[in-house]
Amino acid sequence: MSNVPSLQITELAFAYPDGNQALYGVNLTIQKGERVALLGPNGAGKTTLVMHMNGIHPTMQGEVRISGELVDSKNKESLKAIRSKVGIVFQDPDDQLFMPTVGEDVAFGPYNMGLRGEGLDKVVQEALTQVGMMDFIDRPPHHLSFGQRRRVAVATVLAMKPEILVLDEPSSNLDPASRRELADILRSLDITIVMVTHDLPYAFELCERSVILSGGIIVADDKTGQILNDEKLLKSHRLELPVGFSFK
Amino acid sequence: MSKIPILLLFKRALIEIPFVFFAILMPFFGEGEKFSFFGVMVYRDGLLAGTSIVVKGTLGVLAAVILSTTTTAREILRGLEKLKLPMIMVQIASFMLRYINVISDEMERMKVARESRGFIATGIKHWKVLATAAAALFIRSYERGERVHLAMLSRGFDGALPSLDSHAVTSREWITALSIPGLALVASITALLIGW
Repeated sequence: MSNVPSLQITELAFAYPDGNQALYGVNLTIQKGERVALLGPNGAGKTTLVMHMNGIHPTMQGEVRISGELVDSKNKESLKAIRSKVGIVFQDPDDQLFMPTVGEDVAFGPYNMGLRGEGLDKVVQEALTQVGMMDFIDRPPHHLSFGQRRRVAVATVLAMKPEILVLDEPSSNLDPASRRELADILRSLDITIVMVTHDLPYAFELCERSVILSGGIIVADDKTGQILNDEKLLKSHRLELPVGFSFK
Repeated sequence: MSKIPILLLFKRALIEIPFVFFAILMPFFGEGEKFSFFGVMVYRDGLLAGTSIVVKGTLGVLAAVILSTTTTAREILRGLEKLKLPMIMVQIASFMLRYINVISDEMERMKVARESRGFIATGIKHWKVLATAAAALFIRSYERGERVHLAMLSRGFDGALPSLDSHAVTSREWITALSIPGLALVASITALLIGW
């Protein structure tokens, strides 16, 4: 079991119904416990790729496996299992937090997986404690700061005990302190993480390995330090380090 | 019982004035039998209809004001669910409750952005801009709805929201809640029996 990769994508291609092709054969394998940054310019197909990881977009060509299990958007039962294994944290926490209180929102995922009563309360409390938001369990999401909402959004997904955590631009719109707090939380989790980002220093801080998705294919896959030092590679895919940064 | 200050109740009930304004005029315009009421000539049918509207309106408004002052929106939703309002309507109301702030913030930001570029709505010639803004807000909300739905699907949503947890209603609460409707029922049955 231990050497089955958390995520295995082979030759994944996808075109939108209007004919616009977003992915041209993506190959990516992520081992259990790895933290990988998925880098790439706007429009590279990052979000499209993420939407394949839990079967929101049906696979057209190629395949996606989550810890060995095939993502098949036509098989409702397996899809349910896949969605509990892949936790996606979306970019705007207001999209993710739709229930009237923080506690109910965190309970939403595990409830759909069939948990009830005390078991449900327990996972909700655990998840909120993991992100340090237990004191806010009865608060409505719109009374929280942006950073707090992002942390609750992470908790809503952790409550489903996923195999793999996918974060879409986790550091966007966060102030420096919230950004660091979130990094501390992510580091403390013993879980496979895929982080979609343009925030190269954040990728370096959190992820050993990075891949660059550009023009619908993986164009680079290496240690984060190596990739961030390759100025030419970054430039050719519209990625740049902030002025004054280097990872020598 | 509900410990609402009378003044507050009165202030909030003022909202009904525009609605009953015409009812108050009814006794003075109309046709049919007229009679003198404290020295003013009024129409009998108009007086009856007007009074009935004012009384019903006031009772309705008072009931609504008392409900909204003593009960949080969440409790009201729970109550509706308990009263077997169709689930889909409870869900829609619950989403509205969650997103009304998000959307009004968005509207406020759009207003600030407009005004920062020198736009101040003063008259009919500005309606086009406001209509465009309303359309933009509608599209943004629609797109947000799509994203929320995606987020729900990603966490295993299959059509049923978890029901809101609610505490059991005691018989004492039932008796309190039913006392006034009960009284009204008794009064109207009595009125029927004695042939009013």
